Amino acid sequence: MEFGLWQVWEAGWVTAILRGASITILVGVVSMAAGLVIGIACGLIKWARIFPLSLLVDAYTSLVRGVPELLIIYLLFFSSVEFVTKVVTAFGYAGVAESGYAFVIAVIAIGAISGAYSTEVVRGALAAIPNGHIEAARALGLSRGRIFRRIIAPQMLRIAVPGINNVWQTTIKDTALVSVVGLQELMRISFIGANSTRHPFIFYLIAAVVYLIITLVSQAGFDGTERLLRLRTGK
Amino acid sequence: MELIQLAVPVLLKGLGMTAVLTVVSVLIGFNLGLGLALMRLSSNRLLAGFAKYYSNVFRGTPLLVQIFLFYYGLGQLSLIKDNPALWWVVSDGARCAVMALALNTAAYTSEILRGGLMSVPVGLVEAAQACGMSRMLRFRRIEFPLAIRQALPAYGNELILVVKGTSLSSTITVLEITGYAKRLMSQTFAIFEIFAIAGVLYLVINLLLIAIIRSTERVLMRHELLSRDIRSAPNPEGSATVL
Repeated sequence: MEFGLWQVWEAGWVTAILRGASITILVGVVSMAAGLVIGIACGLIKWARIFPLSLLVDAYTSLVRGVPELLIIYLLFFSSVEFVTKVVTAFGYAGVAESGYAFVIAVIAIGAISGAYSTEVVRGALAAIPNGHIEAARALGLSRGRIFRRIIAPQMLRIAVPGINNVWQTTIKDTALVSVVGLQELMRISFIGANSTRHPFIFYLIAAVVYLIITLVSQAGFDGTERLLRLRTGK
Repeated sequence: MELIQLAVPVLLKGLGMTAVLTVVSVLIGFNLGLGLALMRLSSNRLLAGFAKYYSNVFRGTPLLVQIFLFYYGLGQLSLIKDNPALWWVVSDGARCAVMALALNTAAYTSEILRGGLMSVPVGLVEAAQACGMSRMLRFRRIEFPLAIRQALPAYGNELILVVKGTSLSSTITVLEITGYAKRLMSQTFAIFEIFAIAGVLYLVINLLLIAIIRSTERVLMRHELLSRDIRSAPNPEGSATVL
């Protein structure tokens, strides 16, 4: 076996890769959820043009979308590593720092990146809601909270689904970047496997296939959601 | 102040590398992407199928995995090792990064150009056919210019993604802006300052690209500006925006 497929099977790398894949999905899902919260809040601020805050949101989205993700991860990791290690060791939890810390940094970094893209999606979806709907609701005397819950939010969610799909695909691919700070996700496990067995080709190929499966399955899920939402509105 | 004197020249050195990586991979990637878009739209099912799978595979996996697979993985195969031309590409970090970036952006470019080509009205193509234009001439004079005009805003976003993608080549020992920034961060511990300088460099590149795309768009859309002047209609919201 020139490519080392046998070594991958024999040395128990399969379970390691699966564990890595589950961490990749976990980081992706948690960051995406955080990103959506940021995106909805910032998207609303941008859409409603709440004056001083909207400037901050503009700065945030153009900075994060204009600077490479890797640089942002380096910034967050290097700037906090010393501080956190000191704090955690002072409280006597040095072991926890090693396992949990990279995960937290990963979620903060990927969540911030995903949030910037979600902001644009949410803002676009809000802008696509016909103004007449909101005016009609106001004319009927609905309260502001109810207009948001009944008129704005449902339409926004439906319009935003394709954009959210794009953001999710980017987010799950961006999780590969946090391997550079040592989080043991799919990419990092493949890197370790490639180095210790000296069979990089097969390990990175497996990683590529696993990522492909994740993106294709979630793509199918989003396509289904889109179809479902279209049916319910009768369009 | 001392820090800026130390960091700026180093990062500017990286800027050159980032620019070279971007330009070469965009040049290769655009042509590959155009070819793939044409294959995808051709009636040959084999060609169309290949282009579709190519685009799905490259868009469905992280760029970092592609870069590592090419740099560490391909060198292991005797097929590549024994071929001097392929070995020349794979053995060097920068050339390998260019290959990965070009193949990756080709997949995205093919989707963008396919959308542009599909938006060309059938009537225009039929009219060109009726005028007796050859296939090549029709593509050059009718389909391609219209498609590129349609695709330009989306392609501008893709260019920015390529610029950001070049930062990943720092993981395979290429010293461009991010590579130097990481080195400076661990040497000087002035994390925020280094990040700020490197970030500004990237933002300047991206703003420059947006300006180029916008002015190209204006040139391509000049007929609209002209007719607008004649009708002296009020200016609707500006042209499509990038980023």
